[in-house]
Amino acid sequence: MAASGVDLSRSSSFGVRYGDKIYSLITFLAAVSIFVIIVTIAWNLAAASKDSINHFGFKYVTGSDWDETRDVYNILPFIFGTLYSSLIALLLAVPVSVGAAIFLSELAPKWIRTPMTFLIELLAAIPSVVYGLWGIFVMIPWLKTYIMQPISKSPTHNFFLFQGQAIGPSMLAAGVVLAIMVTPFITAITRDILRAIPRAQREGSYALGATQWETISQVVLPYAKSGIIGAIILGLGRALGETMAVTMVIGNQSANNGVSWSLFSPGYTMSSALANKFNEAPPGLNLSALIEIGFVLFIVAIVVNMFARLLVRYTAKDLQGR
Amino acid sequence: MAVATISQHNKGHLSWRKFVNALMLRLCTLGAVLAVVVLGLVLYFLVSRGITALTPHFFTATPNHDNEKAGGMAQSIFGTLVLLFIASCIGLPFGILGGIYQVESRGKFASTVRFLTDVLNGIPSIVIGIFVYAVAVAPVAKMHPGSGFSAQAGGLALGIMMIPTVMRTTEEILRLVPFSMTEASLGLGATRWRTMWSVVLPAARGGIITGVMLALARIAGETAPLLFTILGNEYFSTHPGRVLGFHTQVPTLNAPIDALPLRIYNYAMGVDPDQQHLAWAGALVLILMILIFSIAARSATRNKFMEEK
Repeated sequence: MAASGVDLSRSSSFGVRYGDKIYSLITFLAAVSIFVIIVTIAWNLAAASKDSINHFGFKYVTGSDWDETRDVYNILPFIFGTLYSSLIALLLAVPVSVGAAIFLSELAPKWIRTPMTFLIELLAAIPSVVYGLWGIFVMIPWLKTYIMQPISKSPTHNFFLFQGQAIGPSMLAAGVVLAIMVTPFITAITRDILRAIPRAQREGSYALGATQWETISQVVLPYAKSGIIGAIILGLGRALGETMAVTMVIGNQSANNGVSWSLFSPGYTMSSALANKFNEAPPGLNLSALIEIGFVLFIVAIVVNMFARLLVRYTAKDLQGR
Repeated sequence: MAVATISQHNKGHLSWRKFVNALMLRLCTLGAVLAVVVLGLVLYFLVSRGITALTPHFFTATPNHDNEKAGGMAQSIFGTLVLLFIASCIGLPFGILGGIYQVESRGKFASTVRFLTDVLNGIPSIVIGIFVYAVAVAPVAKMHPGSGFSAQAGGLALGIMMIPTVMRTTEEILRLVPFSMTEASLGLGATRWRTMWSVVLPAARGGIITGVMLALARIAGETAPLLFTILGNEYFSTHPGRVLGFHTQVPTLNAPIDALPLRIYNYAMGVDPDQQHLAWAGALVLILMILIFSIAARSATRNKFMEEK
């Protein structure tokens, strides 16, 4: 017995003896890399923006001056621009994408479902810079001629949303491009959630005499509510950090160095300000303040994504649990 | 009398309900149609405006500022390919091995890693760009003023973006491989790594290639992280070197390099109509490139386990 045991261990190669330990160690290290990356990003961004954090403190996010000549850097207008453009985007995108998701999961016959899902996925695969290009040369001229100028000429032009000149690059343009970019994203997640809802729920509702829309609006959607909210927040996360397309269509000017509610006025978002000002920034406080924009974006993205992912995850768990 | 009113009332109510039903269902359909129409509009203008500038020298020439029409984006296409290669060298090992870890281990830590993968996926690409600037560009520029922007920094940024995507798809695909195959292999006395290497990975190969292709398609069009890392240039950044014993030109990794999306951005923001025209052609080439990756991804998935998905 003992002899055969010795024999076995002698014949076993290095791979058999240590293979699994090395294997689990390597894969573990690869998995831990995610953790390391997130922590390293946070640490390095904080370190690189230390000057600005110390110098401006909390006023960095509440002040509205960004003035290279006086070396004062506050980002309230950029934060406002980010939130405002994302809000416009969600207002436009949510009805369309929830509608599209309902169509894809509840209404569409099979032969139309697969190609349409593919097309909407394709919409998500188009790079941001291509949307930007299309936005500058196709969408902005169209918006200007058919929407912005007629409104500017009509008596409503003094309404606070429509003030200012209809020059083209604007919050509205940024919002529309963002809406196009987040629609496929929200649609895909919402559709997955709707399809996970048990058939019995719908059948029960039909049996009570409800129409298809009543079933959808009073049974299916409430059932998926938190998941859909999660999907919308994930879309918001996308919109908040989106850079290239927005930079190309938003005009990159602060209105009177502050905050303007007009849809027609050009603006800045955090990411577009970063993209625009970065390559001209001299090292020192200016650069540090720009990197702090990245740091703020990072924190916002982490918070928004964690919240949304938890919502989506718990909905999915809930649906599977029943 | 009372019966009649009730039935009449019900009738009115019912037709109203039917009306609302038809209206809302049509609106939902409209939403889906709208999304597809927007896609059609983007693709239509891309093809119709890009195709006229898509001449042979678009692929062979570098920018020519005396005569923009004779210029091309050869160095940008080259740069994008180099960046994708560097990114793959970083993203693939970490992504695939991390995906394997998530399948092999169940428990709190594995699910935390999965959660963080999703979170990392949601971090804006511009933040990754600024991070790589802070760790890989600024320190070099401090030591040697005038340098710093480099292909390797850009590749690092794209590689970081690739890790979570590859990790998630690898994990999902590996989970589709029936557990009975793992059990059979372990039962025959194979070690865990041998089981993964010789049984599970070959079975999931097509799916993993799909995941890799989709990740490449996603990062090929990324511009924001490149703004702060590669700078861009207008010539082939290569130097003489040896590959497998042959004397040839190899890409210079510690010097600025160009990339297709970055060049499109610069040309689109310029005022020269010829440059804008080239930007459309560049965008068309970029989309075709992404389409090739996506189609390659789809054809790689012709695999018995994946068809059920």
